[in-house]
Amino acid sequence: MTSTTEILRETAARLLASGAVEMVIGFRQGTIPMMNEPCFVRKPAEAGLLVWDSHCGINLANYVTDRKEKKIGIVAKGCDSRNLVTHILENKIRREQLVVIGVPCRGMADKRKIAMKCPGEILRVHETETAITAEGEGFTRTFEKADVLQHNCSLCTHRNPVIHDELAGEPVEEQQGVDRYADVRAVEAMSPEQRWKYFEDLLAPCIRCYACRNACPLCYCPTCFVDESRPQWVGKGQDPVDVRTFHFLRAYHCAGRCTDCGACERACPVGINMRLFTKKLEKDCLELFGWEAGLSLEVRPALDHYRPNDPNDFIR
Amino acid sequence: MRMLLIDRRAWQEGLKRAAGQYGLIGPVKEKEFHSFRPLKPGEMPDLAFQNSRLSPKHVVYPQTEPMFAYTLDEAREDRHLLKEVRREIPPRAVVGIRPCDAKAFVLVRLNFDTPDVQDPYWLRAYEATTFIGLGCNAPCSSCFCTTAGCGPFHEEGLDLLLADLGEAFAAKVLTPKGEAFARTAGWTAEAPAGAQSAFQERARAAEGRITSFVQTDHLKSIPVNDLYNAPFWEEVSFSCINCGTCTYSCPTCWCFDIQDETRGKSGVRLRLWDSCMYPLFTLHGSGHNPRGTKLHRVRQRFMHKLKYFVEKYDRGIQCVGCGRCVRLCPVNIDIRRVCNMMNGFAVSGEACAIP
Repeated sequence: MTSTTEILRETAARLLASGAVEMVIGFRQGTIPMMNEPCFVRKPAEAGLLVWDSHCGINLANYVTDRKEKKIGIVAKGCDSRNLVTHILENKIRREQLVVIGVPCRGMADKRKIAMKCPGEILRVHETETAITAEGEGFTRTFEKADVLQHNCSLCTHRNPVIHDELAGEPVEEQQGVDRYADVRAVEAMSPEQRWKYFEDLLAPCIRCYACRNACPLCYCPTCFVDESRPQWVGKGQDPVDVRTFHFLRAYHCAGRCTDCGACERACPVGINMRLFTKKLEKDCLELFGWEAGLSLEVRPALDHYRPNDPNDFIR
Repeated sequence: MRMLLIDRRAWQEGLKRAAGQYGLIGPVKEKEFHSFRPLKPGEMPDLAFQNSRLSPKHVVYPQTEPMFAYTLDEAREDRHLLKEVRREIPPRAVVGIRPCDAKAFVLVRLNFDTPDVQDPYWLRAYEATTFIGLGCNAPCSSCFCTTAGCGPFHEEGLDLLLADLGEAFAAKVLTPKGEAFARTAGWTAEAPAGAQSAFQERARAAEGRITSFVQTDHLKSIPVNDLYNAPFWEEVSFSCINCGTCTYSCPTCWCFDIQDETRGKSGVRLRLWDSCMYPLFTLHGSGHNPRGTKLHRVRQRFMHKLKYFVEKYDRGIQCVGCGRCVRLCPVNIDIRRVCNMMNGFAVSGEACAIP
C-alpha cells in the first residue's frame, strides 16, 4: 500500500522538478505529538519533508492568501479545497496560480479529546487507517479514529476535495445522514436569558489572542475591525462586552463563507468552541438560501449575489 | 537553610490558618485545564497538575489593569485630570507555583524595576505576594528549563519550595517572607535528615527527567546583524498565523498597550497585555509600520528573547523553558528549534539545514 505521505512526496517532487510549481505548501512532521507544522518546499530534494496523518488540521488555504508566485502546489483536504474555492471567488488567489494536490480525508484527530482520555502526558502517537494509539509513561491507549475526531470532522459531508489537479489517494466515501446542527438547535431552543448566559460562559476563558481569527482562511482583512484605531470600534480589554463583540462580529464576517474546517476551534489555546457561532450562520445560509460555501467556482456565494427569489420574510 | 516537614493534615490546616492573613491563590482545575485563581474560603489548591495551561503572570500583572480614572464632566473642577486608581493589594500567597513561573517574575522585574523607573502597579503586586513553589517531580516532555537558566526545583524568585514526598511535603524556607508564611501556617516541624535527603533526591531525579534542551552558549557573541539578517527567518515564520498565543501564555512576555476607555463622561486609562505578533503593536501614527510583515514580527519575538535580552541584561535568555508556547502554538512553531538554529548560526556562519 502506498501511503498518502508517499504519494504527496512523489507528487511534490515531480511538480517541483518539472517546474510545474515554484513551491509546494503542505505539512511537515511536528516537534510534539499530534502537531504538524505547515511548511513549504521549493526543491524536489526537500519533498521528503512532507507528511500526512490525522494531525494536519490547520487549514492550508490560509497560506496562499495574496501570494505572488505564478504557480503554487498546495495540499488540500476537503475543507481546505472548499476554502480555496472561496479564496478564488473572493480574488485572494487565482485558480491558475494553484496546482491543488487533493487529499481525500478521513477526518482529523482532536488532540484535546485524546489527551483527556489518557492518564498522563502523551509522548508518542501512531496510527493506522482506523485507529490512533497514544503512548506515555506506563500507558498505551488505542482509540477508534471515529471516536476521537475533531467535532467538525465527525460531521463533515465533504471529505473529498471539491477541486484538485492531483489526487493523493482514492476518494473516500462521504458520510451520509449526518445531523450537522444538533448543537445549534440546542442553543436556538434556549430562552434569550439562557442563551445569553450560555454565551457568557462559553466566552469567559477568552484571552483575546485572536488565534481563532488568524487560523481562519476567511480572515484576511488588511486591518481587522478589532485593530482599527481611527475610529476604534471595540475595546481591547477583558470586558465581556468587548469579548462578545469580537466573537459575534468575527462570526458574522464569516457568514456564507465558513466551511466549518474547525481551524478556529483547533487553534484556541483555552478550548473555546466558537464554531457554534459560525455554524448557526452556516445553518441559516443552508436553510434560507440552500447554500453551502466553497462547493463551486461557478456560482456566486449567497450573500454577494441578489436573486429575485431570495427569501425576504424578515422584511416587515 | 531551614527545611520543614509538612504532612497532609498540617498542609490543609496550615493553609486554612494562613488564609486568615493572606489571600491565597492556587491552581484549580476548571473544565479541562488548570489555572491560577484566588481560592475560595476552605478551597484547597489542586496540585495534581504538570503545569497550568496559561502562566500565572496575571497574578502580578493582570491582562487588563486600570491605571487612572478621569472625568469629562465640564461642571467638575477635576475634569480632564488623570487620577491614579490604586489597587490595594493585601498580603497574598501563590501556593503551588512552578519554579519556572516564579523565576519568570525575576526576569520580568528587570523591565519593571530599573534604577530610572519603577512601575508601581507591577511592584506593589509583586511585593505583596509570597511565592510558595512546588518542585516538579514529573516535568513535561516539552519542558526545557534546565538549559533555560531554570530547573524543576529552581529556587530563584521563590520564598518557599516544596517537594512532594507523597505522604508529606518537605519545604525549604528560602526567604524571610517564606519564613513568615510558614509561621502563620503553623508549619514548624523541622524535616528529619531522611526527608531532607528525599528532597534532594526528588530534585536530582526531576532534573534527570528533563529530556528537552536548548543551546544558548553562542547567542551572546553572534553579531546582532548577522542573526537579524540570517536566511532562516522566512522558513521559521512561514507557518506563523500572528496570533498572540505564544506571548500571552508566556510567563516572561511583558509588553503592554495603554488604552483610554470612556463611557459617558467618565473614563479609565487601562494597561493591557500587548503582543509583538500583532501588526498594531508597532503601527505608527503616520500609518507606517516598521514591522509590517509577519517575518518581521516573528523575528522580533525570537530576537528579543534570545538575543536583545541576552545582550542587554547579561542574564541568559528571556525564557524559563516552561514549554507553554511549544505546546500551545496552533501551528507548532517551536522556540527550542529556533533557539538552536540561532545559536548554531554563529558556529557555521551560514544558514542551518532545515532539520
